Amino acid sequence: MAEIVKPQTDQPESAQAHDAHAHHGEESFWSKYVFPTDHKMIAMQYMFTGMAMALIGGFMVYAFRMQLAFPGIDVPLYGVVTPNRYNALVTLHGTIMIFWVAMPVLIAAFGNFLIPLMIGCDDMVFPKVNRLSYQIFLLSAIVLVVSFFVEGGGFGGAWTAYPPLSAKAEYSQTGLGSSLWLVAVTLEFIAFLLGGINFVTTAMNARAPGMGMYDIPMVVWMIVIASVLFMASVGPLIAGAVMLFMDQNIGTAFFDPDKGGDPILWQHLFWFFGHPEVYVVLLPAMGISADIICTFARKQLFAYKTFLYTTFGTGVLSFTVWAHHQFVAGIDPRMANIFTVTTLLISIPIAEMCFIYIATLYGGSIRLTTPMLWALAFVAEFMIGGVTGIFLGASGADVYYHDTYFVLAHFHYTFFPIAIIGTFAGFTFWFPKMFGKMMNETLGKIHFWGTIIPFNCIFIPLFMLGSAGQHRRVYSYENFPDLAQPQFQDLRVFATISLLVMLGFQLVFFYNCFISWRKKEKDAGKNPWRSNTLEWVAESPPPHGNFPELPHCYRGPYEYGTPGREEDYFPQNLPA
Amino acid sequence: MSEDAAHADHHQVNYVRIWLILLGLLIVSVAGPFLEIQVVTLVTAFGIAIIKAYLVAKNFMHLNLEPRYAVYLLLTMLVFVFLFFAAVAPDVMKHEGQNWVKPRVEVVEAPVHH
Amino acid sequence: MRPIANTRSVAGIPTGRLAVWWVVASEIVIFGGLLASYVMYRLGNPEWAGYAAHTNVWMGATNTFVLLTSSLAAVLAHQAAVAGDGKKAAKLLYFTCLGAVAFLCIKGFEWTTEIQAGYTITSNTFWSFYYTAAGLHALHVIAGGIIMLIVAETAKRNEELHRVELIGIYWHFVDIVWIFLFPLLYIAK
Repeated sequence: MAEIVKPQTDQPESAQAHDAHAHHGEESFWSKYVFPTDHKMIAMQYMFTGMAMALIGGFMVYAFRMQLAFPGIDVPLYGVVTPNRYNALVTLHGTIMIFWVAMPVLIAAFGNFLIPLMIGCDDMVFPKVNRLSYQIFLLSAIVLVVSFFVEGGGFGGAWTAYPPLSAKAEYSQTGLGSSLWLVAVTLEFIAFLLGGINFVTTAMNARAPGMGMYDIPMVVWMIVIASVLFMASVGPLIAGAVMLFMDQNIGTAFFDPDKGGDPILWQHLFWFFGHPEVYVVLLPAMGISADIICTFARKQLFAYKTFLYTTFGTGVLSFTVWAHHQFVAGIDPRMANIFTVTTLLISIPIAEMCFIYIATLYGGSIRLTTPMLWALAFVAEFMIGGVTGIFLGASGADVYYHDTYFVLAHFHYTFFPIAIIGTFAGFTFWFPKMFGKMMNETLGKIHFWGTIIPFNCIFIPLFMLGSAGQHRRVYSYENFPDLAQPQFQDLRVFATISLLVMLGFQLVFFYNCFISWRKKEKDAGKNPWRSNTLEWVAESPPPHGNFPELPHCYRGPYEYGTPGREEDYFPQNLPA
Repeated sequence: MSEDAAHADHHQVNYVRIWLILLGLLIVSVAGPFLEIQVVTLVTAFGIAIIKAYLVAKNFMHLNLEPRYAVYLLLTMLVFVFLFFAAVAPDVMKHEGQNWVKPRVEVVEAPVHH
Repeated sequence: MRPIANTRSVAGIPTGRLAVWWVVASEIVIFGGLLASYVMYRLGNPEWAGYAAHTNVWMGATNTFVLLTSSLAAVLAHQAAVAGDGKKAAKLLYFTCLGAVAFLCIKGFEWTTEIQAGYTITSNTFWSFYYTAAGLHALHVIAGGIIMLIVAETAKRNEELHRVELIGIYWHFVDIVWIFLFPLLYIAK
């Protein structure tokens, strides 16, 4: 019964590849760019859609931070931020950044581009399902954007969508927007379930001959584990989304306390997914940083197996911490005790992974290229986020901190490194492979500092404001006497101006992308960073089919500085 | 191929036999409630469901022939479902706890037309 | 035109089958989440036993019989496919599909009766769960039936016979979900 499907002929794989692709013939514009099955092109589609959504999410930040710094102002290019619009802006900013920026870029774009290349095969195992997953994702993005323009505007019930606010149009005042939001999120989940199955199956089954479990580059492992975590955690929320949609539109009462339902059930359904979700986006960013740090420290990852098993442990533990988001929601305090313990416990494996980065760097021959700067910044900034999480994980302290800007600053010190720093790290590192051209290092470094310094200037004031008791999700503090004091308003203004500076510096990035992409000559070569992993064996950019002859793998991915070798790196595909 | 065919014959008898066992179990589970003993109803209803699911998973899905990790994967997902239930039930299932009550709501059942 | 990647099987089982197990795994948590929520409410609200008394256990049992039989047909189709007999596999898959159609017809009839008697999806939360859970299951039955037809069409020509087993595994999962839905919605009264 458990027969292995034999390849169609007895030809070696490379000859098969040649035959298979000989049938491809001419690809039209439509089949190459609009309806591709090639994983690299699908990766580009996810990347650009994610970046476009990031612009929208970033614009939203601009609008609501202007309101917070200058209450009542007519925000240039937006208009007046009314309370309803404020709610919609913060809701959609959060939703977009997590589901339509972090996930598509870190998992779908990098996953799609890198996995087949890094494991040495010619495409994902299910190219058409891959294409379908992008199409569903694109549809979800369109549905979400459409929701901004319907009557009532976009959903304003926070990305956590707690009922009854999210269930009853009379409360949220965004009846149609709420439903469209739910539809968009559910479609996005389905897209990532499909995509995730592709990533996991490809990584499990399609590896190059000789590539054992411990020879897989960390970024591939991380994306695969993230996909598994996603798959295991999103189920209850999909059920919950169906229930909430029905509460919104049909009049069921799953979460309606007036009719015997329980809003806390939604919270649990949401956070059972919501907490593993943050690890779903964290893991790929950590994988990207691992690969970059090893390459630019010219050193082996300090403890590959430990790093890997710690990640497994983190993944399992991540399913046991979710109610720390609900400490003050009315859950049983004894349950809160349990979740405090698990939450504090989970900081240990993550800290260990950060220590492994540091141990990898120690004694290394460090080159501070732009990708390396981003990877190092990821570790440093993320650790700040992680440490501040400890305060929130202790239920006693959380009674004070919950729903203040302390929480907000904490999760931006984790999410920003994940979604933005991690993305820039990966993008600047693999740009030469994707486009065949090197990015400008000087511009890259200007962009780096122009992002990192303002980033800290935005969020450190927010820690201070949160400790002072500033509540979240309030459109103006003018009517809160103790929060409206000048020293606090000054902090808000300072944060907003830092945001404007940071947004300004992103133009440097776009300019760099543009001029690098437009270079006439492909100056990157196959392996500009002299890295070990298999994607650097292919041409830059890799052709359809990736490798003229599919590579064999002879060693692990981080053999740098091997004694006795002339070169300080040892590519995986070289026999000896 | 001939080995497969012999194998197949052996299994063919098994599939129909399994199906008959499943039908027998179905009958028992429908009959159980008629005894009106709650424990018996629960055992026949859910105990038999578990057995039926096991038979289908093992014999029809051939999980007994798959590599072990497939079974572990599916069981792990089940564990997560139970974890979810165990952690959420104290909030959602109960109507009162330490310093809180969740008042029962009287729902007027819709008029029944026969 | 299948990529080379698709023909490798480092994990020890063919790629298609590996993928189906992951699909089933993710579906377990979806249905599990919904049914766990139902059980919580059910156990916390004893009056629901009274509402559940109005479900029709005979129709539920008949549907269970239909699905179990269609599962038999599906696994016999797989056996035929392994033996290389695409035509027989296709016939058995059509029979399985017939089971799906029968299931949906019985459900349609059952729901119509219940709705006409006044038990709608908004009558109370028990009925909301009843229609939602069975409805989500029915959507999976429809999807499975459609895919089965597509697989059967190709199998008839002795092509892509491995897909017969794959749709079979999915179908058995749909059957198992119903095996649990039946006692949860019909018997526990």
